[in-house]
Amino acid sequence: MAAKEFDIPKLPTYIEIPELNPGIMKGDGPFKSAEEFQTPLGFPGEKVDNWQEVAIAKMGELKSKYRSVQVFLDSCVKCGACTDKCHYFLGSSDPKNMPVARQDLFRSVYRRHFTFAGKYFPKLVGAKELDDDMLDDWYNYFHQCSQCRRCSVFCPYGIDTAEISMAAREVLDAVGIGQKYCNQILGKALTVGNNLGLPEPALRDTLLDLEEEVEEDFGAPVKYPLDVKGAEILLITPSADFFAEPHIDGLIGYGKVFYQDGVSWTMSSYASEGANFGMFIGSYDIMRKAALRIRKAALDLEVSRVMVGECGHAWRVAYSFWNTLSGVGAGAQSSDEYALKLQNQLDHRYPQPQHVIEYTYDLIQRGKLEFDKSENDDRTVTFHDSCNVARATNMGGIEGGQFILPREVIKAVCNNYVDMERSTIKESTFCCGGGGGLLTDDLMEIRVKGAMPRMQALKEVEKNEGVNTLAAICAICKSQFTKVLPKFDFDPYMIVSVHQLVSAAIILDKPQTDAEDAVEADAAETE
Amino acid sequence: MSTLSIIFTALFYISLFIFIVGMGKKIYQFWITPAPLKIPTAPTQLTQTGVVFRMIREVTLFESLFKSNKWIWLFGFLFHFGLLLVLVRHLRYFIPGDLPEVFLLIQPFKYAAFAMVIGLGGLLVRRIFVARIRYISAPSDYLMLLMLITIGVSGVVMTFTDNHTDVMMVKAFASGLVTFDWTNLPTETHFLVHLFLVFVLLAIFPISKLLHVPGVFFSPTRNQVDDARKKRHISPWALQQEKEHAVKLEQTLGKDE
Repeated sequence: MAAKEFDIPKLPTYIEIPELNPGIMKGDGPFKSAEEFQTPLGFPGEKVDNWQEVAIAKMGELKSKYRSVQVFLDSCVKCGACTDKCHYFLGSSDPKNMPVARQDLFRSVYRRHFTFAGKYFPKLVGAKELDDDMLDDWYNYFHQCSQCRRCSVFCPYGIDTAEISMAAREVLDAVGIGQKYCNQILGKALTVGNNLGLPEPALRDTLLDLEEEVEEDFGAPVKYPLDVKGAEILLITPSADFFAEPHIDGLIGYGKVFYQDGVSWTMSSYASEGANFGMFIGSYDIMRKAALRIRKAALDLEVSRVMVGECGHAWRVAYSFWNTLSGVGAGAQSSDEYALKLQNQLDHRYPQPQHVIEYTYDLIQRGKLEFDKSENDDRTVTFHDSCNVARATNMGGIEGGQFILPREVIKAVCNNYVDMERSTIKESTFCCGGGGGLLTDDLMEIRVKGAMPRMQALKEVEKNEGVNTLAAICAICKSQFTKVLPKFDFDPYMIVSVHQLVSAAIILDKPQTDAEDAVEADAAETE
Repeated sequence: MSTLSIIFTALFYISLFIFIVGMGKKIYQFWITPAPLKIPTAPTQLTQTGVVFRMIREVTLFESLFKSNKWIWLFGFLFHFGLLLVLVRHLRYFIPGDLPEVFLLIQPFKYAAFAMVIGLGGLLVRRIFVARIRYISAPSDYLMLLMLITIGVSGVVMTFTDNHTDVMMVKAFASGLVTFDWTNLPTETHFLVHLFLVFVLLAIFPISKLLHVPGVFFSPTRNQVDDARKKRHISPWALQQEKEHAVKLEQTLGKDE
C-alpha cells in the first residue's frame, strides 16, 4: 500500500503554537489487527456485535481498577494549560491532538454514561454517546498519542493523557478493534520471546557473528553470551539491539564495558526482549505476562543481578513496574513469598533492576574504565531525553538522576557536548514522535509531524553549536530518528546509542577471565 | 419567618447536605480505587517528605501551572487566592456573638474580592478569545465562570457601593443556620442572588469539574513516592490475580512460573 502524501513541516526558528486545523489528522488510524493476532491475546477477533455495551462495561471496570483513570476523568477543569504541550499538536495543528481534547474523546463518553450531569444534561457538560464516529475518532486519535506524558508535567492536577490513552486502547481491544503493529508484535514476544520473532538458534548465530566482528575490529575477545546459567548479570535489552542500526553498536558497547569490568553476564533466549508493548495497549495482564518471562529467566539462570539495556519504555516498565508485576526489585514484605523467591536470589548491593547507564556510570565513578576521548573528537554531541526515561523513571537514586547519569557518561567519553534548549529537554523533553506503539510505517505522517518540535530544537544546536551527533538511550527513538532525520535535512547516521560513544572511546586492556572461572570465583565469594 | 427566609433556610441545608454526601461519596470512591502501578511524573520525589512538599507547592502555589502558562497561572492564582481570603472573612457571619479580635486583622481581606473577580474575568476572556481554549470549552465551563463572577460581583456591589445590605441581619441569619436559631434574611436582590448561587455552587460541587479540589490530592502522578525499585507496590486486585495465577500454574505445570 502506498504511503499517503503529506507535507513535511518546516522547521521554524522557534516553536509557534499553530492555528487550529480541525480534522486535518482525521483518518482511519493505523492498520487494524486481524483475528490471528487478536485471539492469542484474549481479545475478540473482530468488532463484537454489542460493542457499545462491551465498551461501556470495560470503561466501568477500568475506572474502578485504576485510580488514575477515575481521578483524571473527574478532575479536568479545561484550563487549557496542556493545549500547547503535545508534539503531535504542535506538528499537526489538529485540535484533537491537544491533550485535553484527546482525553475528552474518552471523557465525554464517561460523562454520558457515568455522571449525573452527563446523563441528564449532556449538551450542557459536553457529554457524548459512544457511536461509530466516536469509536473511529478513538481509534484514530488514541493512536496519535505516544504516551510520552509531557502534558502531565504541565497539568496543575498531574492529569496524564497516557493513562487515558492506554485505557481507551484497552477498551478498543476489548471490543475487538486492536492495532496490528502492537498486537502482532506482542504475539511474537509472548511466544518466541522477542518482538522480532527471533528464535534461539538465530539469536545465538547473530551473537556469535557479533563476537567475531568485534574481535576483528577491536582485537579483544569480547563475548556476547546467551543462556549462561550462573552468570552474575542477566541483561535484558530491546531486541532491536541484535539487528538494527544504530542499536547494535550500543550492544557492542555494553559488551565491551562488561568485558572491561571482567564481570560474568548473559542474555536469555527465553526473555530476549526488553520492550514490553503490553504497556502501550494498556493491558496490565499482558504487560505482566511479558514481564514474567524475565522473572523466569532470572530464576532459571540463577543470576544475581538483572540489568536493562538502552530502551525507553522498557526502562519504565522495568524501573517502575517490574517489582509490582513480577517481583524483580527489592523490599517485598516477609509474607510475600512470590516476590521473595526471586528477591532472595538477587544481590541487593546493586539496585534491582539496574540500567546499563547506571552500571557504566558507576564503573566510571570508581575509576574502573579508561577512555580515549579523542576517539569521539569528530563529534559534537547532544542528548535526547527519551520520554519514558525522563518522565517516568529514575537512575542512580538521586533526584533527576535520569537526566544526570546519561549526560555524565557521554561527557566522560566525549570532549564536545551541548544541551538543546532547556524547554525541550529533561522533564520537558519532546518525544521523538514514534513512541507508544506508533513506530509503524502506516503512521508515518503523524510520526514525521510529531517529530517537528524535537527536530526544531536539534536544528538550533546544529546551527549554533555545530552539533552533528544525537545520542539517545531508547530503541524506538533510534529507529524513529533514523527514519525522520533525513526528512528534516539531517544526516540519518547522526543518531547513536550512548554506548556506541562509550564503545568508541573505551580502552580495552584486560583479557576477560574465562566465564566459568568467573562464575566459580563469584560463587566462592558469596559463600 | 417570611416564606422567603424559610425557602432560603431550607435551600441552605439541602445544598449543604448534597455537598457533604456527594463529596463524601466521591472522596470515598477516589480513596478505594486502587492505583495498581507507580506512575509519578518527573520531577519525581524520592521520599514521602518530598511528596508532601510537592503537594503543598502544587495546591498553594500551583507549581505545575506556573511552569505551563503564566497567564492562566496569574488569573487562576488571583481567583483562588482571592476566594480563600474572602471565604476566611466570611467566617464572621457564621460565628455567633462577638468576634475575636483577630477578625480586625482580616477586615482588609474584603479587597481580595477584586482579585477574585479580576482573575475570573481573565479566565473568561481567555476562554472566549483563545481559540484553543474555546475549542475545549463546553457550555458548563462558561456557566461556571459566569456563576462565580456573579457571586463575586454581587458581593463587591454589597461591600463597596451604596447597595449595602443589613450586615447585622445577615449575621443573625447565617449564624442562625449554624446554631439552628433561624431568623429572617435581608431581601435585597443582590444578596439573594449572591446567596442562591452559593447554594447552587455547593450542590453542584460533587457532580462537576469542581472535583478538581479533592482530585488533586488523589492524583497518582503527583502523590506517589518514586521508590518502585525499593518497595514492592501491589494493589489488592493484582495481588489476588497473582495468587490465583500462581496456584493455577502449580496445578497445571506442577511448578512455579
